Amino acid sequence: MSIRLFYPDPGSGLALPAVGHISAGFPSPADDYLEAVLDLNDLLIKNPSATFYGTVKGNSMQDAGVEDGDLLVIDKAVPYRPNALAICYLDGEFTLKRLRKEGEHLYLMPANPRYQPIRVREGSDFAVWGIVTYIIKKVY
Amino acid sequence: MFALVDCNNFYVSCERVFRPDLNGRPVVVLSNNDGCIISRSEEAKQLGIKMGEPAFKIAAFLDRHQVAVFSSNYVLYGDLSHRVMRTLGQFTPELEVYSIDEAFLNLAGLSVDWVEYAWSIRQTVRRHIGIPVSIGVAPTKVLAKVANYLAKKDPAQAGVCVLDQPGKITAALKEFDVGEVWGIGRQYTKLLHASGVYTAWDFLQLDDAWVRKNMTVVGLRIKKELAGIACLEMELLPPPKKAICTSRSFGEDQTELAPITEAVATYAARCAEKLRRQRSCAGMMMVFLHTNRFKQHEPQYARNLVCKLPVPTNSTIELIRYATAALRMIYRKGYRYKKAGVIVMAIEPEERIQGALFDRMDRAKHAAVMRSLDAINAKYGRDTIKVASQGLGGKWRLRQERLSPCYTTRWSDIIKVAAHAGACAHNEMIKIKKPQ
Repeated sequence: MSIRLFYPDPGSGLALPAVGHISAGFPSPADDYLEAVLDLNDLLIKNPSATFYGTVKGNSMQDAGVEDGDLLVIDKAVPYRPNALAICYLDGEFTLKRLRKEGEHLYLMPANPRYQPIRVREGSDFAVWGIVTYIIKKVY
Repeated sequence: MFALVDCNNFYVSCERVFRPDLNGRPVVVLSNNDGCIISRSEEAKQLGIKMGEPAFKIAAFLDRHQVAVFSSNYVLYGDLSHRVMRTLGQFTPELEVYSIDEAFLNLAGLSVDWVEYAWSIRQTVRRHIGIPVSIGVAPTKVLAKVANYLAKKDPAQAGVCVLDQPGKITAALKEFDVGEVWGIGRQYTKLLHASGVYTAWDFLQLDDAWVRKNMTVVGLRIKKELAGIACLEMELLPPPKKAICTSRSFGEDQTELAPITEAVATYAARCAEKLRRQRSCAGMMMVFLHTNRFKQHEPQYARNLVCKLPVPTNSTIELIRYATAALRMIYRKGYRYKKAGVIVMAIEPEERIQGALFDRMDRAKHAAVMRSLDAINAKYGRDTIKVASQGLGGKWRLRQERLSPCYTTRWSDIIKVAAHAGACAHNEMIKIKKPQ
Protein backbone atom coordinates (compact mmCIF):
# COMPACT_ATOMS: atom_id res chain seq x y z
CA MET A 1 0.00 0.00 0.00
CA SER A 2 1.31 3.39 -0.88
CA ILE A 3 0.01 6.86 -0.48
CA ARG A 4 0.77 9.46 -3.08
CA LEU A 5 1.09 12.97 -1.81
CA PHE A 6 -0.07 15.98 -3.75
CA TYR A 7 1.10 19.44 -2.92
CA PRO A 8 -1.47 22.15 -3.12
CA ASP A 9 -0.72 25.20 -5.23
CA PRO A 10 -2.09 28.10 -3.18
CA GLY A 11 -1.24 30.54 -5.94
CA SER A 12 -3.77 29.21 -8.38
CA GLY A 13 -7.45 29.94 -8.06
CA LEU A 14 -8.65 27.20 -10.35
CA ALA A 15 -11.59 25.36 -8.85
CA LEU A 16 -11.52 21.65 -9.51
CA PRO A 17 -14.38 19.24 -9.13
CA ALA A 18 -14.25 17.62 -5.74
CA VAL A 19 -12.60 14.25 -5.61
CA GLY A 20 -13.17 11.92 -2.67
CA HIS A 21 -10.70 12.42 0.13
CA ILE A 22 -7.56 10.34 0.04
CA SER A 23 -8.23 7.13 1.81
CA ALA A 24 -5.77 4.44 2.56
CA GLY A 25 -6.60 1.79 0.06
CA PHE A 26 -10.34 2.07 -0.32
CA PRO A 27 -11.57 4.23 -3.16
CA SER A 28 -14.20 6.71 -2.12
CA PRO A 29 -17.65 5.75 -3.36
CA ALA A 30 -18.13 9.40 -4.33
CA ASP A 31 -15.54 9.04 -7.12
CA ASP A 32 -18.05 7.05 -9.10
CA TYR A 33 -20.29 10.09 -9.22
CA LEU A 34 -17.64 12.47 -10.41
CA GLU A 35 -18.90 14.15 -13.53
CA ALA A 36 -17.65 16.67 -16.02
CA VAL A 37 -19.05 20.17 -15.73
CA LEU A 38 -22.17 21.01 -17.69
CA ASP A 39 -21.41 22.48 -21.05
CA LEU A 40 -24.25 24.27 -22.85
CA ASN A 41 -22.67 23.34 -26.17
CA ASP A 42 -23.50 19.70 -25.50
CA LEU A 43 -27.13 20.60 -25.05
CA LEU A 44 -27.60 23.24 -27.73
CA ILE A 45 -25.51 21.81 -30.53
CA LYS A 46 -26.33 18.46 -32.04
CA ASN A 47 -24.35 18.77 -35.26
CA PRO A 48 -21.27 20.91 -34.53
CA SER A 49 -20.02 20.91 -38.12
CA ALA A 50 -23.36 22.08 -39.44
CA THR A 51 -24.20 24.62 -36.73
CA PHE A 52 -23.99 28.36 -37.26
CA TYR A 53 -25.23 31.38 -35.33
CA GLY A 54 -27.25 34.39 -36.35
CA THR A 55 -28.70 37.53 -34.73
CA VAL A 56 -32.28 38.64 -35.24
CA LYS A 57 -33.08 42.09 -36.60
CA GLY A 58 -36.74 43.04 -36.29
CA ASN A 59 -39.90 41.76 -34.67
CA SER A 60 -41.92 40.07 -37.39
CA MET A 61 -41.58 36.73 -35.59
CA GLN A 62 -42.34 37.86 -32.06
CA ASP A 63 -45.38 35.61 -31.61
CA ALA A 64 -43.09 32.66 -32.31
CA GLY A 65 -40.97 33.82 -29.41
CA VAL A 66 -38.25 35.46 -31.46
CA GLU A 67 -37.43 39.09 -30.81
CA ASP A 68 -35.04 41.69 -32.05
CA GLY A 69 -31.52 40.95 -30.84
CA ASP A 70 -32.05 37.28 -30.03
CA LEU A 71 -29.27 34.87 -30.83
CA LEU A 72 -30.24 31.93 -33.02
CA VAL A 73 -28.65 28.51 -33.09
CA ILE A 74 -29.01 27.37 -36.70
CA ASP A 75 -28.54 23.79 -37.80
CA LYS A 76 -28.10 23.14 -41.51
CA ALA A 77 -28.19 19.37 -41.08
CA VAL A 78 -31.70 18.87 -39.66
CA PRO A 79 -34.57 18.54 -42.12
CA TYR A 80 -37.36 21.09 -42.38
CA ARG A 81 -40.55 20.06 -40.72
CA PRO A 82 -43.88 21.86 -40.64
CA ASN A 83 -43.91 24.88 -38.36
CA ALA A 84 -40.13 24.91 -37.92
CA LEU A 85 -38.46 28.31 -37.93
CA ALA A 86 -36.54 28.47 -41.19
CA ILE A 87 -33.62 30.69 -42.07
CA CYS A 88 -34.50 31.51 -45.65
CA TYR A 89 -32.37 33.26 -48.18
CA LEU A 90 -34.50 35.42 -50.41
CA ASP A 91 -33.23 37.95 -52.90
CA GLY A 92 -29.98 38.77 -51.21
CA GLU A 93 -31.04 38.60 -47.57
CA PHE A 94 -31.37 36.10 -44.76
CA THR A 95 -34.84 36.15 -43.31
CA LEU A 96 -36.54 34.24 -40.54
CA LYS A 97 -39.95 32.79 -41.33
CA ARG A 98 -42.24 29.82 -41.21
CA LEU A 99 -43.08 28.25 -44.54
CA ARG A 100 -46.49 27.38 -45.86
CA LYS A 101 -47.38 25.75 -49.12
CA GLU A 102 -50.79 26.47 -50.59
CA GLY A 103 -51.45 24.86 -53.92
CA GLU A 104 -48.59 25.79 -56.18
CA HIS A 105 -47.50 28.71 -54.07
CA LEU A 106 -44.99 28.98 -51.28
CA TYR A 107 -45.57 31.55 -48.57
CA LEU A 108 -43.25 32.93 -45.94
CA MET A 109 -45.37 33.40 -42.86
CA PRO A 110 -44.61 36.06 -40.25
CA ALA A 111 -45.64 35.59 -36.63
CA ASN A 112 -46.84 39.09 -35.88
CA PRO A 113 -50.25 40.44 -36.93
CA ARG A 114 -48.64 43.69 -38.09
CA TYR A 115 -46.82 41.88 -40.87
CA GLN A 116 -48.15 40.17 -43.96
CA PRO A 117 -47.23 36.86 -45.53
CA ILE A 118 -44.92 36.96 -48.51
CA ARG A 119 -45.50 34.88 -51.58
CA VAL A 120 -42.26 33.67 -53.12
CA ARG A 121 -42.39 34.66 -56.75
CA GLU A 122 -41.40 32.16 -59.36
CA GLY A 123 -37.81 32.70 -60.37
CA SER A 124 -36.78 34.44 -57.16
CA ASP A 125 -33.53 33.54 -55.58
CA PHE A 126 -34.92 31.46 -52.73
CA ALA A 127 -33.43 28.77 -50.51
CA VAL A 128 -33.95 27.35 -47.05
CA TRP A 129 -30.48 27.86 -45.59
CA GLY A 130 -30.91 26.31 -42.18
CA ILE A 131 -33.32 25.54 -39.37
CA VAL A 132 -33.43 27.32 -36.01
CA THR A 133 -33.00 24.80 -33.20
CA TYR A 134 -32.63 27.17 -30.24
CA ILE A 135 -33.36 30.81 -29.49
CA ILE A 136 -31.11 32.44 -26.92
CA LYS A 137 -32.38 35.57 -25.21
CA LYS A 138 -30.80 38.03 -22.91
CA VAL A 139 -33.31 38.81 -20.20
CA TYR A 140 -31.24 40.47 -17.56
CA MET B 1 -11.02 1.27 -52.02
CA PHE B 2 -10.04 4.89 -51.54
CA ALA B 3 -12.06 8.03 -52.06
CA LEU B 4 -10.50 11.39 -52.75
CA VAL B 5 -12.84 14.21 -51.79
CA ASP B 6 -11.93 17.61 -53.12
CA CYS B 7 -13.82 20.85 -52.48
CA ASN B 8 -14.69 22.68 -55.68
CA ASN B 9 -13.06 26.13 -55.96
CA PHE B 10 -12.83 26.02 -52.18
CA TYR B 11 -12.24 29.67 -51.24
CA VAL B 12 -14.95 30.90 -53.60
CA SER B 13 -17.32 28.22 -52.29
CA CYS B 14 -16.64 29.38 -48.71
CA GLU B 15 -17.64 32.94 -49.61
CA ARG B 16 -20.79 31.63 -51.26
CA VAL B 17 -21.93 29.74 -48.17
CA PHE B 18 -22.95 33.03 -46.59
CA ARG B 19 -23.75 34.80 -49.84
CA PRO B 20 -26.05 32.47 -51.75
CA ASP B 21 -26.79 35.38 -54.08
CA LEU B 22 -23.32 34.82 -55.56
CA ASN B 23 -24.28 31.40 -56.92
CA GLY B 24 -24.21 31.57 -60.69
CA ARG B 25 -22.17 34.77 -60.65
CA PRO B 26 -18.45 35.15 -61.34
CA VAL B 27 -16.51 35.29 -58.06
CA VAL B 28 -12.77 35.45 -57.38
CA VAL B 29 -10.64 35.46 -54.23
CA LEU B 30 -7.34 37.35 -54.04
CA SER B 31 -4.09 36.29 -52.38
CA ASN B 32 -2.62 37.98 -49.30
CA ASN B 33 -2.40 41.70 -49.73
CA ASP B 34 -5.02 41.55 -52.48
CA GLY B 35 -2.32 40.62 -54.97
CA CYS B 36 -3.26 37.83 -57.34
CA ILE B 37 -6.26 35.70 -58.14
CA ILE B 38 -6.07 32.42 -56.22
CA SER B 39 -9.58 31.01 -56.50
CA ARG B 40 -12.15 31.33 -59.26
CA SER B 41 -15.74 30.25 -59.65
CA GLU B 42 -16.66 28.35 -62.84
CA GLU B 43 -18.23 31.55 -64.19
CA ALA B 44 -14.97 33.44 -63.60
CA LYS B 45 -13.02 30.68 -65.38
CA GLN B 46 -15.39 30.95 -68.33
CA LEU B 47 -14.70 34.68 -68.53
CA GLY B 48 -11.08 33.69 -69.19
CA ILE B 49 -9.69 34.91 -65.83
CA LYS B 50 -6.43 33.07 -65.19
CA MET B 51 -5.11 31.63 -61.96
CA GLY B 52 -2.38 33.82 -60.46
CA GLU B 53 -3.30 36.85 -62.52
CA PRO B 54 -2.43 40.12 -60.69
CA ALA B 55 -5.73 41.73 -59.71
CA PHE B 56 -4.66 45.30 -60.48
CA LYS B 57 -3.96 44.36 -64.10
CA ILE B 58 -7.52 43.24 -64.72
CA ALA B 59 -9.34 45.57 -62.34
CA ALA B 60 -11.30 47.21 -65.16
CA PHE B 61 -12.21 43.83 -66.63
CA LEU B 62 -13.45 42.57 -63.25
CA ASP B 63 -15.55 45.69 -62.88
CA ARG B 64 -17.02 45.47 -66.34
CA HIS B 65 -18.12 41.87 -65.83
CA GLN B 66 -19.40 42.55 -62.31
CA VAL B 67 -17.11 39.94 -60.83
CA ALA B 68 -17.46 39.69 -57.04
CA VAL B 69 -13.94 40.11 -55.62
CA PHE B 70 -12.89 39.02 -52.11
CA SER B 71 -9.71 39.34 -50.07
CA SER B 72 -8.68 35.96 -48.73
CA ASN B 73 -10.35 35.27 -45.38
CA TYR B 74 -8.23 32.39 -44.08
CA VAL B 75 -9.98 32.43 -40.72
CA LEU B 76 -13.27 31.60 -42.44
CA TYR B 77 -11.71 29.07 -44.86
CA GLY B 78 -9.89 27.33 -42.03
CA ASP B 79 -13.07 26.95 -39.99
CA LEU B 80 -15.13 25.67 -42.92
CA SER B 81 -12.33 23.29 -43.91
CA HIS B 82 -12.35 21.90 -40.39
CA ARG B 83 -16.12 21.41 -40.59
CA VAL B 84 -15.83 19.62 -43.95
CA MET B 85 -13.12 17.31 -42.61
CA ARG B 86 -15.10 16.48 -39.49
CA THR B 87 -18.12 15.67 -41.62
CA LEU B 88 -16.01 13.42 -43.87
CA GLY B 89 -14.75 11.69 -40.75
CA GLN B 90 -18.26 10.30 -40.25
CA PHE B 91 -17.85 8.24 -43.40
CA THR B 92 -14.61 6.45 -42.58
CA PRO B 93 -12.50 5.61 -39.57
CA GLU B 94 -9.42 6.50 -41.61
CA LEU B 95 -9.31 10.02 -42.94
CA GLU B 96 -6.18 11.60 -44.33
CA VAL B 97 -6.46 15.35 -44.59
CA TYR B 98 -4.27 16.07 -47.56
CA SER B 99 -4.69 19.83 -47.81
CA ILE B 100 -7.11 22.55 -46.74
CA ASP B 101 -9.65 21.32 -49.28
CA GLU B 102 -8.76 17.69 -50.02
CA ALA B 103 -8.89 14.45 -48.07
CA PHE B 104 -8.46 10.75 -48.74
CA LEU B 105 -10.94 8.35 -47.17
CA ASN B 106 -9.94 4.73 -46.73
CA LEU B 107 -13.06 2.74 -47.51
CA ALA B 108 -11.51 -0.66 -46.86
CA GLY B 109 -13.91 -3.11 -45.30
CA LEU B 110 -17.04 -1.36 -46.47
CA SER B 111 -19.38 -3.24 -48.72
CA VAL B 112 -21.61 -0.61 -50.22
CA ASP B 113 -22.58 0.65 -53.62
CA TRP B 114 -19.69 3.05 -54.27
CA VAL B 115 -21.64 5.44 -56.43
CA GLU B 116 -24.40 5.73 -53.86
CA TYR B 117 -21.91 6.09 -51.03
CA ALA B 118 -20.03 8.85 -52.83
CA TRP B 119 -23.31 10.58 -53.54
CA SER B 120 -24.34 10.50 -49.93
CA ILE B 121 -20.97 11.99 -48.92
CA ARG B 122 -21.42 14.70 -51.49
CA GLN B 123 -24.98 15.49 -50.46
CA THR B 124 -24.11 15.52 -46.77
CA VAL B 125 -21.22 17.97 -47.12
CA ARG B 126 -23.33 20.12 -49.42
CA ARG B 127 -26.27 20.23 -47.06
CA HIS B 128 -24.48 20.43 -43.72
CA ILE B 129 -21.91 23.04 -44.62
CA GLY B 130 -22.88 24.30 -48.05
CA ILE B 131 -19.65 23.39 -49.82
CA PRO B 132 -19.79 21.48 -53.14
CA VAL B 133 -17.25 18.66 -53.49
CA SER B 134 -16.06 16.27 -56.19
CA ILE B 135 -15.38 12.66 -55.33
CA GLY B 136 -13.23 10.03 -57.02
CA VAL B 137 -13.37 6.43 -55.83
CA ALA B 138 -10.86 3.77 -56.93
CA PRO B 139 -8.72 0.89 -55.58
CA THR B 140 -5.61 3.06 -55.03
CA LYS B 141 -4.88 6.66 -54.10
CA VAL B 142 -3.31 7.50 -57.45
CA LEU B 143 -6.36 6.06 -59.26
CA ALA B 144 -8.67 7.91 -56.86
CA LYS B 145 -6.89 11.11 -57.93
CA VAL B 146 -7.55 10.17 -61.57
CA ALA B 147 -11.22 9.50 -60.77
CA ASN B 148 -11.48 12.79 -58.89
CA TYR B 149 -10.05 14.67 -61.85
CA LEU B 150 -12.66 13.07 -64.13
CA ALA B 151 -15.43 13.78 -61.61
CA LYS B 152 -14.50 17.43 -61.74
CA LYS B 153 -13.73 17.94 -65.42
CA ASP B 154 -16.34 15.76 -67.07
CA PRO B 155 -19.78 17.34 -66.66
CA ALA B 156 -21.38 13.97 -67.39
CA GLN B 157 -19.98 12.64 -64.11
CA ALA B 158 -21.77 15.30 -62.07
CA GLY B 159 -19.15 15.39 -59.36
CA VAL B 160 -18.77 11.68 -58.67
CA CYS B 161 -16.60 9.19 -60.54
CA VAL B 162 -16.07 5.58 -59.49
CA LEU B 163 -13.37 3.48 -61.16
CA ASP B 164 -13.98 0.05 -59.68
CA GLN B 165 -13.91 -2.31 -62.67
CA PRO B 166 -10.71 -3.11 -64.62
CA GLY B 167 -12.52 -2.26 -67.85
CA LYS B 168 -13.53 1.18 -66.58
CA ILE B 169 -10.02 1.87 -65.27
CA THR B 170 -8.40 0.91 -68.57
CA ALA B 171 -10.81 3.07 -70.55
CA ALA B 172 -10.14 6.04 -68.27
CA LEU B 173 -6.34 5.66 -68.35
CA LYS B 174 -6.29 5.45 -72.15
CA GLU B 175 -7.77 8.94 -72.27
CA PHE B 176 -5.82 10.35 -69.34
CA ASP B 177 -2.92 12.73 -69.93
CA VAL B 178 0.18 11.29 -68.24
CA GLY B 179 1.19 14.77 -67.07
CA GLU B 180 -1.96 14.95 -64.93
CA VAL B 181 -1.11 11.78 -63.00
CA TRP B 182 -0.48 12.53 -59.32
CA GLY B 183 3.24 12.66 -58.56
CA ILE B 184 4.48 12.93 -62.14
CA GLY B 185 5.86 16.42 -62.31
CA ARG B 186 6.66 18.61 -65.25
CA GLN B 187 10.20 17.22 -65.59
CA TYR B 188 9.06 13.62 -65.87
CA THR B 189 6.26 14.62 -68.21
CA LYS B 190 8.86 16.03 -70.59
CA LEU B 191 10.92 12.88 -70.36
CA LEU B 192 7.87 10.68 -70.91
CA HIS B 193 6.67 12.71 -73.88
CA ALA B 194 10.15 12.40 -75.38
CA SER B 195 9.81 8.64 -75.00
CA GLY B 196 6.44 8.61 -76.74
CA VAL B 197 4.41 8.21 -73.56
CA TYR B 198 1.36 10.45 -73.63
CA THR B 199 -1.40 8.77 -71.67
CA ALA B 200 -1.47 7.10 -68.28
CA TRP B 201 -2.12 3.87 -70.16
CA ASP B 202 1.10 4.31 -72.22
CA PHE B 203 2.96 4.80 -68.95
CA LEU B 204 1.54 1.56 -67.58
CA GLN B 205 2.98 -0.33 -70.57
CA LEU B 206 6.55 0.76 -69.75
CA ASP B 207 9.10 -1.68 -68.45
CA ASP B 208 9.52 -1.58 -64.64
CA ALA B 209 13.30 -1.42 -64.96
CA TRP B 210 13.08 1.60 -67.27
CA VAL B 211 10.74 3.40 -64.86
CA ARG B 212 12.96 2.68 -61.87
CA LYS B 213 16.08 3.78 -63.71
CA ASN B 214 14.62 7.01 -65.07
CA MET B 215 12.05 7.94 -62.44
CA THR B 216 13.38 6.32 -59.26
CA VAL B 217 11.36 4.14 -56.96
CA VAL B 218 8.73 6.87 -56.67
CA GLY B 219 7.90 6.50 -60.36
CA LEU B 220 7.63 2.77 -59.89
CA ARG B 221 5.19 3.22 -57.02
CA ILE B 222 3.02 5.49 -59.12
CA LYS B 223 3.02 2.83 -61.84
CA LYS B 224 1.98 0.13 -59.39
CA GLU B 225 -0.78 2.32 -58.04
CA LEU B 226 -2.04 2.96 -61.57
CA ALA B 227 -2.06 -0.81 -62.08
CA GLY B 228 -4.40 -1.06 -59.09
CA ILE B 229 -1.87 -2.20 -56.49
CA ALA B 230 -2.12 0.06 -53.43
CA CYS B 231 1.39 0.87 -52.18
CA LEU B 232 1.03 4.39 -50.79
CA GLU B 233 0.23 4.11 -47.13
CA MET B 234 -2.49 6.24 -45.62
CA GLU B 235 -0.85 9.00 -43.70
CA LEU B 236 -3.37 9.39 -40.95
CA LEU B 237 -2.15 12.60 -39.47
CA PRO B 238 -0.03 15.11 -41.26
CA PRO B 239 3.41 14.81 -39.66
CA PRO B 240 4.22 17.66 -37.26
CA LYS B 241 5.76 20.47 -39.17
CA LYS B 242 9.53 20.71 -39.22
CA ALA B 243 9.52 24.45 -39.44
CA ILE B 244 6.84 27.06 -39.05
CA CYS B 245 7.00 30.30 -40.93
CA THR B 246 4.87 33.36 -40.43
CA SER B 247 5.64 36.18 -42.78
CA ARG B 248 3.66 38.76 -44.68
CA SER B 249 4.21 41.56 -47.06
CA PHE B 250 3.33 44.86 -45.43
CA GLY B 251 0.24 46.67 -46.63
CA GLU B 252 2.55 49.50 -47.58
CA ASP B 253 6.33 49.78 -47.42
CA GLN B 254 7.69 50.53 -43.94
CA THR B 255 10.72 52.58 -43.03
CA GLU B 256 10.58 52.88 -39.24
CA LEU B 257 11.59 50.31 -36.65
CA ALA B 258 8.48 50.66 -34.47
CA PRO B 259 5.80 49.37 -36.85
CA ILE B 260 8.11 46.61 -38.11
CA THR B 261 8.69 45.56 -34.50
CA GLU B 262 4.94 45.28 -34.00
CA ALA B 263 4.67 43.15 -37.11
CA VAL B 264 7.55 40.86 -36.14
CA ALA B 265 6.17 40.49 -32.61
CA THR B 266 2.83 39.47 -34.07
CA TYR B 267 4.46 36.92 -36.39
CA ALA B 268 6.40 35.49 -33.44
CA ALA B 269 3.13 35.24 -31.49
CA ARG B 270 1.54 33.33 -34.39
CA CYS B 271 4.47 30.91 -34.52
CA ALA B 272 4.15 30.37 -30.77
CA GLU B 273 0.42 29.64 -31.12
CA LYS B 274 1.06 27.15 -33.91
CA LEU B 275 3.77 25.47 -31.84
CA ARG B 276 1.47 25.13 -28.84
CA ARG B 277 -1.33 23.77 -31.01
CA GLN B 278 0.91 20.91 -32.12
CA ARG B 279 2.35 20.52 -28.62
CA SER B 280 5.90 21.27 -29.57
CA CYS B 281 8.69 23.74 -28.90
CA ALA B 282 11.23 25.38 -31.17
CA GLY B 283 14.95 25.44 -30.50
CA MET B 284 15.93 27.93 -33.19
CA MET B 285 14.42 31.03 -34.61
CA MET B 286 15.10 33.07 -37.69
CA VAL B 287 13.95 36.61 -38.31
CA PHE B 288 14.20 38.13 -41.76
CA LEU B 289 13.55 41.50 -43.28
CA HIS B 290 13.84 42.77 -46.82
CA THR B 291 13.04 45.59 -49.20
CA ASN B 292 11.06 45.25 -52.41
CA ARG B 293 13.26 43.47 -54.95
CA PHE B 294 11.06 44.62 -57.79
CA LYS B 295 11.66 48.29 -57.13
CA GLN B 296 15.13 48.28 -58.62
CA HIS B 297 15.61 52.01 -58.46
CA GLU B 298 15.33 51.92 -54.66
CA PRO B 299 18.24 50.95 -52.38
CA GLN B 300 18.01 47.24 -51.59
CA TYR B 301 18.60 45.48 -48.30
CA ALA B 302 17.84 41.97 -47.12
CA ARG B 303 19.05 40.24 -44.01
CA ASN B 304 18.18 37.48 -41.70
CA LEU B 305 19.41 36.39 -38.34
CA VAL B 306 19.18 32.94 -36.82
CA CYS B 307 19.35 32.63 -33.09
CA LYS B 308 19.52 29.58 -30.93
CA LEU B 309 17.06 29.69 -28.08
CA PRO B 310 18.59 28.82 -24.70
CA VAL B 311 15.85 26.27 -24.05
CA PRO B 312 13.35 25.16 -26.71
CA THR B 313 10.16 27.09 -26.10
CA ASN B 314 6.66 27.82 -27.32
CA SER B 315 6.04 30.78 -25.06
CA THR B 316 4.72 33.83 -26.86
CA ILE B 317 6.50 36.11 -24.43
CA GLU B 318 9.88 34.47 -24.92
CA LEU B 319 9.65 34.13 -28.70
CA ILE B 320 8.64 37.78 -29.02
CA ARG B 321 11.55 38.85 -26.84
CA TYR B 322 14.09 37.06 -29.03
CA ALA B 323 12.40 37.97 -32.31
CA THR B 324 12.33 41.68 -31.55
CA ALA B 325 15.92 41.59 -30.29
CA ALA B 326 16.99 39.89 -33.52
CA LEU B 327 15.07 42.45 -35.55
CA ARG B 328 16.86 45.34 -33.79
CA MET B 329 20.15 43.77 -34.83
CA ILE B 330 19.31 43.48 -38.50
CA TYR B 331 17.26 46.64 -38.97
CA ARG B 332 19.00 49.51 -40.77
CA LYS B 333 17.56 52.95 -41.21
CA GLY B 334 17.13 54.40 -44.67
CA TYR B 335 15.38 51.59 -46.51
CA ARG B 336 11.82 50.99 -47.53
CA TYR B 337 10.96 47.53 -46.23
CA LYS B 338 8.43 45.32 -47.96
CA LYS B 339 8.35 42.18 -45.90
CA ALA B 340 9.43 40.62 -42.64
CA GLY B 341 8.96 37.20 -41.16
CA VAL B 342 9.69 34.80 -38.36
CA ILE B 343 10.58 31.15 -38.87
CA VAL B 344 10.91 28.75 -35.97
CA MET B 345 12.92 25.58 -36.46
CA ALA B 346 14.44 22.67 -34.56
CA ILE B 347 10.97 21.71 -33.49
CA GLU B 348 10.53 18.96 -30.94
CA PRO B 349 7.69 17.62 -28.85
CA GLU B 350 6.92 19.57 -25.68
CA GLU B 351 7.46 16.61 -23.40
CA ARG B 352 10.97 15.97 -24.64
CA ILE B 353 12.38 19.36 -23.65
CA GLN B 354 15.39 19.36 -21.36
CA GLY B 355 15.92 22.30 -19.10
CA ALA B 356 19.15 24.25 -19.20
CA LEU B 357 21.36 24.35 -16.16
CA PHE B 358 21.29 28.11 -15.74
CA ASP B 359 17.78 28.63 -16.96
CA ARG B 360 16.26 31.26 -14.72
CA MET B 361 12.83 31.30 -16.24
CA ASP B 362 9.89 29.87 -14.41
CA ARG B 363 8.77 27.60 -17.25
CA ALA B 364 5.82 26.10 -15.44
CA LYS B 365 4.44 29.56 -14.81
CA HIS B 366 5.03 30.57 -18.43
CA ALA B 367 3.19 27.48 -19.61
CA ALA B 368 0.26 28.31 -17.34
CA VAL B 369 0.11 31.89 -18.61
CA MET B 370 0.18 30.62 -22.21
CA ARG B 371 -2.63 28.17 -21.51
CA SER B 372 -4.80 30.98 -20.15
CA LEU B 373 -3.89 33.21 -23.09
CA ASP B 374 -4.86 30.50 -25.59
CA ALA B 375 -8.08 29.79 -23.74
CA ILE B 376 -9.12 33.43 -23.67
CA ASN B 377 -8.17 34.04 -27.28
CA ALA B 378 -9.99 30.89 -28.35
CA LYS B 379 -13.07 32.13 -26.59
CA TYR B 380 -13.12 35.80 -27.43
CA GLY B 381 -11.23 35.90 -30.70
CA ARG B 382 -7.63 36.06 -31.78
CA ASP B 383 -5.54 38.76 -30.12
CA THR B 384 -8.10 39.59 -27.43
CA ILE B 385 -5.10 39.31 -25.18
CA LYS B 386 -1.69 39.86 -26.62
CA VAL B 387 1.77 40.90 -25.64
CA ALA B 388 2.13 44.69 -25.64
CA SER B 389 4.90 44.72 -28.23
CA GLN B 390 2.50 43.35 -30.81
CA GLY B 391 1.01 46.82 -30.75
CA LEU B 392 -2.50 47.81 -31.68
CA GLY B 393 -1.91 47.08 -35.27
CA GLY B 394 -1.50 49.65 -37.78
CA LYS B 395 0.43 50.56 -40.74
CA TRP B 396 2.14 47.28 -41.42
CA ARG B 397 -1.06 45.29 -41.60
CA LEU B 398 -2.15 43.48 -44.71
CA ARG B 399 -4.20 45.14 -47.31
CA GLN B 400 -7.54 43.34 -47.18
CA GLU B 401 -9.96 45.76 -48.68
CA ARG B 402 -12.57 43.25 -49.67
CA LEU B 403 -12.54 40.98 -46.67
CA SER B 404 -15.75 39.13 -45.92
CA PRO B 405 -16.97 38.87 -42.31
CA CYS B 406 -15.67 36.02 -40.14
CA TYR B 407 -19.15 34.50 -40.03
CA THR B 408 -18.16 31.48 -37.98
CA THR B 409 -15.44 32.68 -35.65
CA ARG B 410 -16.39 36.14 -34.45
CA TRP B 411 -19.58 36.99 -32.56
CA SER B 412 -19.78 40.41 -34.13
CA ASP B 413 -19.68 38.88 -37.61
CA ILE B 414 -22.39 36.21 -37.42
CA ILE B 415 -25.15 36.43 -39.99
CA LYS B 416 -27.95 38.93 -39.46
CA VAL B 417 -31.38 37.43 -39.96
CA ALA B 418 -34.07 39.88 -40.95
CA ALA B 419 -37.45 39.77 -39.32
CA HIS B 420 -38.85 43.10 -40.45
CA ALA B 421 -40.95 44.60 -43.20
CA GLY B 422 -37.99 45.54 -45.33
CA ALA B 423 -37.09 41.91 -45.74
CA CYS B 424 -37.97 40.50 -49.10
CA ALA B 425 -39.20 43.86 -50.31
CA HIS B 426 -38.99 42.71 -53.92
CA ASN B 427 -41.58 40.06 -53.33
CA GLU B 428 -45.27 40.41 -53.32
CA MET B 429 -46.91 41.03 -50.01
CA ILE B 430 -50.14 39.16 -50.17
CA LYS B 431 -52.89 38.76 -47.68
CA ILE B 432 -54.02 35.20 -47.45
CA LYS B 433 -56.93 33.88 -45.54
CA LYS B 434 -56.19 32.49 -42.16
CA PRO B 435 -57.09 28.82 -42.07
CA GLN B 436 -60.17 28.31 -39.97
